[in-house]
Amino acid sequence: MSGPGAVLCLLERDADGAADGSLRALVLARSVAGALGGGVTAVVFGPSLAGPDADGAVVAGVAVGGAAELCVVSAEGLSGYAPLAWARALEQLVVARQAAAVVAAATDRGNEVMAHLGALTGLPVAANCVAAAATGEDSWQLLRQRWAGSLLEEAILEAPCALLTVAADAAVADGAPADVVVADAVMADAALADGTPADAAALGSTPPRAGPGVAAAPGLLVTTFTPALDAADLSVLATESAGQGGGMSLATARVVIGGGRGVGGPEGFAALEELAGLLGGVVGVSRVVTSQGWRPHRQQVGQTGTKISPELYLACGISGAIQHMAGCQSARHIVAVNTDPDAPIMSRADYAVIGDLNEVIPALVAAIKEAAGSG
Amino acid sequence: MDILVCVKRVPMVGGKVVLTADGQEVDTRMSGFTVSPHEECAVEEAVQITERSGGSVTVLTLGPPEAAGQLRDMLALGAHRGVLLQTDGREWGPVATAAAIATAVGELGAAAFPLVMVGNEAADTGGYQVGIRVAHALGRPCMTGIKRLEVAGDGVRAWREYGGGQEEFEVALPAVVGVKEGINLPRYPSLPGRLRAKRAEITVLKPAWQADGLRKVALRVPAGSGQGARVLGHGTEAVPELIRVFGEIGVLA
Repeated sequence: MSGPGAVLCLLERDADGAADGSLRALVLARSVAGALGGGVTAVVFGPSLAGPDADGAVVAGVAVGGAAELCVVSAEGLSGYAPLAWARALEQLVVARQAAAVVAAATDRGNEVMAHLGALTGLPVAANCVAAAATGEDSWQLLRQRWAGSLLEEAILEAPCALLTVAADAAVADGAPADVVVADAVMADAALADGTPADAAALGSTPPRAGPGVAAAPGLLVTTFTPALDAADLSVLATESAGQGGGMSLATARVVIGGGRGVGGPEGFAALEELAGLLGGVVGVSRVVTSQGWRPHRQQVGQTGTKISPELYLACGISGAIQHMAGCQSARHIVAVNTDPDAPIMSRADYAVIGDLNEVIPALVAAIKEAAGSG
Repeated sequence: MDILVCVKRVPMVGGKVVLTADGQEVDTRMSGFTVSPHEECAVEEAVQITERSGGSVTVLTLGPPEAAGQLRDMLALGAHRGVLLQTDGREWGPVATAAAIATAVGELGAAAFPLVMVGNEAADTGGYQVGIRVAHALGRPCMTGIKRLEVAGDGVRAWREYGGGQEEFEVALPAVVGVKEGINLPRYPSLPGRLRAKRAEITVLKPAWQADGLRKVALRVPAGSGQGARVLGHGTEAVPELIRVFGEIGVLA
């Protein structure tokens, strides 16, 4: 855990345990540490974990992810998320563990904490990485996303400790997931996709997922750490309010019915809403729709909106600007309905209907209703 | 209150990104430039704050001489003054950019700007760090990802999305705030605004370029499926095929 090649991985938690993005970051952290001959210390912040089941799920997720140590950080006054305090703790852990790298998920929190850590230490930070490999002393070869994944940047990072965040939707074509490793019998439903090409650690598409209710994992050292913090480190401290409740989330919906400029105006969304209702999905929109004020920004899919990963994304009247496609590149199936057979979305969609959505969608709604009625 | 908003000039890209032959830049010969979306919202938010409670908005960018055009776009939205940290066109890394901004804020009078606003991340490079590094250099607290902001007295309350809900922050000024698109709907520039922007004087400073620990080697467009969509049909006659595909995908109830 400590010594040359040690890698820290910031682990965020969600209701089910360790967050998917963090487990994906752990895959990269483990590959980097492995190449350097070190181990991974997963770092999770207290005060306490969310409950025994969630605690167990975090522990299990970390174990499946291949970490050697789970370090639970807590401190007086650290009652919630505090970006600078988290960075301060990581800064102290980098010294304590002689870490060669710190890895986090490229989430709001991960990117923010790593930027603070970069500012505290004077080190560069590479956000949204999809691959990383040490190429020499204090030298790293990286592949990172620009334009939210519409472009890739090959980069060189020169730093005694590499500070990296890992893209959430890193679909790395050049490193197909090779082997599936299930670390433990209790992890029946957990699969770790470990894509490791020869020259770089890249990510597979499936992060490991731990099942709930697992109390402990063999071979994992659980430690605690109390950072030295001062009042200024806690000047930005989040107070969490309850989720909005009810309604389906755009980010997690299984079906998203997308509407763009081709919908023609706010009234045109009624048919899309009806279709979404029939398919148990939600409506998402392109940026032009929100900038026209037709729909609220929270429905926007794209680089500056929500990233979605549904089974079906039915993109209606959407031309397919790269900023929009960056938000739906994780959709399993994209079906486009568009009057223009040469629209950019046609090269990204799996299926297309050439036609006016304002005719096609009502006909589709009627046909689905009819089938349901006769069935 | 006098507010400083930092914006970035980025290529305007549409359906396809085209790179220059050397793979170093996005080819902008056919497209042009715009302001990164989060930052346009930061300018709008700052303008709204000063419309409610007085003060001024200074908009700053680091870029080539042509970036004055993006400053004028923001002046047309209602910002009052423009500051250009003029470069020779080379790409600046986030560490050097933040250092140049912090130095400029000092030169302009740090105390003059209790609130410094940035976009959460640049649309092109997506570094997620310039605002935070500026905050550290100025010794200020920083909040990022903000989608709602309230300035009250000598403090700021801010909210951002987290896990389907929201989290709330509150800090005393001076502070740095990184905002996200959706915090507001930026207005279209008015004609008087455009005319004012055209005539406005822009302060030009010339910081020296510095190397960054993170160095771009080359850019490339990721390999997509590239096969193109299979056309299921034209108009309403495609509906039965659509339903068949939905059934295959498993999204029909």
